[in-house]
Amino acid sequence: MTISIDPQKTNNESLQPKGWLRYFSFSLDHKVIGIQYLVCGFLFYLIGGTLASAIRIELASPMSDFMPRDVYNQVLTLHGTIMIFLWIVPVVNGAFGNYLIPFYVGARDMAFPRLNAVAFWLIPPSGLMLVASYFVEGAAQAGWTAYPPLSITTPQSGQIIWILSVLLLGGSSIFGGINFIATIIKLRRPGLKLMQLPMYCWAMLGTSLLVVLSTPVLAGTLILLSFDIIAKTGFFNPVLGGNVVVYQHLFWFYSHPAVYIMVLPAFGLVSEILPVHARKPLFGYTTMVFSIMGIVVLGLVVWAHHMFTSGTPPWMRLFFTIATAFIAVPTGIKFFNWVATLWGGKISINSAMLFSCGFIINFVFGGITGVALAQVPFDIHVHDTYFVVAHFHYIVYGGTVFIIFSSIYHWFPKVTGKMLNEKLGILHFIITFIGFNLCFAPQHWLGLNGMPRRVAEYDPQFQFVNQISSLGALLMAISTIPFLINVFLSVRNGKDSGDNPWNALTPEWLTSSPPPIENWEGEAPLVEEPYGYGK
Amino acid sequence: MTTLDSSKEIQKNNSEVNETHEDFRLFGLITFLIADGMTFAGFFAAYLTYKAVNPLPDGAIYELELPIPTLNTILLLVSSATFHKAGKALLKDKNLNAQKWLFFTAFLGIIFLICQLFEYFHLPFGLTDNLFASTFYALTGFHGLHVTLGTLMILIITWQSRINGGRLTSDNMFPLEAVELYWHFVDGIWVILFIILYLL
Repeated sequence: MTISIDPQKTNNESLQPKGWLRYFSFSLDHKVIGIQYLVCGFLFYLIGGTLASAIRIELASPMSDFMPRDVYNQVLTLHGTIMIFLWIVPVVNGAFGNYLIPFYVGARDMAFPRLNAVAFWLIPPSGLMLVASYFVEGAAQAGWTAYPPLSITTPQSGQIIWILSVLLLGGSSIFGGINFIATIIKLRRPGLKLMQLPMYCWAMLGTSLLVVLSTPVLAGTLILLSFDIIAKTGFFNPVLGGNVVVYQHLFWFYSHPAVYIMVLPAFGLVSEILPVHARKPLFGYTTMVFSIMGIVVLGLVVWAHHMFTSGTPPWMRLFFTIATAFIAVPTGIKFFNWVATLWGGKISINSAMLFSCGFIINFVFGGITGVALAQVPFDIHVHDTYFVVAHFHYIVYGGTVFIIFSSIYHWFPKVTGKMLNEKLGILHFIITFIGFNLCFAPQHWLGLNGMPRRVAEYDPQFQFVNQISSLGALLMAISTIPFLINVFLSVRNGKDSGDNPWNALTPEWLTSSPPPIENWEGEAPLVEEPYGYGK
Repeated sequence: MTTLDSSKEIQKNNSEVNETHEDFRLFGLITFLIADGMTFAGFFAAYLTYKAVNPLPDGAIYELELPIPTLNTILLLVSSATFHKAGKALLKDKNLNAQKWLFFTAFLGIIFLICQLFEYFHLPFGLTDNLFASTFYALTGFHGLHVTLGTLMILIITWQSRINGGRLTSDNMFPLEAVELYWHFVDGIWVILFIILYLL
């Protein structure tokens, strides 16, 4: 069976994008949905960032004087959940994936536009529900991991709303994943081979495989957890004969791949940005593809390295340590490839490039601490300390969020037809980079010296270092101001960018900026060499 | 760099483009069923782990009777065959025949659910009695939810394959194929569940 596209529709003036109101509609256009994801995610980022600031204010002094201890736990739970499920995952997958993937495969839209819109519109209600769960009697305070028995013994109405909201967000993520797999595999323009796709397609294919294979397990686990809370069953309740470690296994079976769900798309995006601004082909395309697939396969079999202190038997520790160390190989290959892409290139120092380079620096640091954490003796020493907090913020903020900003600077002209202000952009980068490192680098030291995470109070000897960290957090909060000013000014009276301000070769730039409603005036171009610079 | 020149060059092969594409709804459904299967895989993994490492307290009741679940297995396997028959009939434009087979399939699904409920009411343990009981109800209940949804969908496509004005014809087989695939999936899960839960 075939579905035909009416050729008359494609050149119809009346179908040109109209007005900002379409961003509040049930639009089926992948570009509109992508922007919806991005703006919605950014609003939640501001909420999550406010919560993070509250945490750092509290930690500026050793006593719990800014907020009571249970409120501190609720705030950190909400901060983690919002940042992961409502900012990073939807933006780095949903926003950029929806905007770019149809261009990259030479399609006019995603494979299932309606499912796509449904996947997005699940996010605002579940996000609001999550925020609302803070205001009910007994908000969730078991952290974003919701480990039992903490999650089944603390006050529970907030925890139940938390579970419902995460289940909906997981559903949204699965629908998105199905859509990306179908689009990349089935919707490619005739003549476009898999090995000619821009790297972001490969990253999204790998990510979507992880989403489809692991998110349902989280859903099942949370259903069992809600049974424990509502019906008083004993799946994870040791008092009733249950087993808390089973929850941890099932949870990390999703949540370790979730790290790759958050970071693989960023790997893809940086592979698009670096060649354009270094005017060089992406180094080692084939090894990049195999590295991504290697990370996908290995990413599914390393989850228990989060559980070295949960009474895991020695053989399990051995296996998961080795498997985790192996992931450093494909990841290292990718980093060498990016450095090799930059090597000898004609590099433009602009905001997009700076944020990408910042990503490389931060992520290498986070990767090294990651390899260290995979070693059992070391992990047992620093488990649940600030070392872990520093490590994953280097991955998730220093890695992925830097790439989100880099991508915004890179694709802003595509979406709006206007350039962002470079001076404000570079200012944004400098404040973010200094603030970020000031905030999280000292936390390695705190962790090594034994400051536990998720506790509102700490030993007074750590106060000075914590205050440095809080100062960094203040800088990070300030860094959003030049960014927001930049976006608002540029949308209103930014410099016109023309269709292809970076002279890029990837397919999304081979149409007008902003693109027409079905992406191309005529037929989709066949881009055989998306990185054919300098030829 | 004369990028824009090369972009024109890139567009040289445009004449090859054909503005039609295959139907990949079935592909999407298969991807979804893999995801759904992973939920069950998680439940099975939890159940097997409990069985291996969490001994039940003394005096816990966890015996299951075999006759009803065996009957249920047969019911579902037969219903898979009758569904297949319905598809073949619709392909030959014999809508009435197809409706008959579909209705029979839905009927088998309903009998399955009734048997399941009958078993629930006659088991000597309740949801919160012990870990085995909880896992048993969670697994069979989650599967039963799938059977309920499947039965409803079969009834819907039975209505849709009516002769006057139905949207299911031999030209538009997709709804039937999709529900059939889903039904086979639910059957397959039941067979695994039957082996793991009742026979092991």
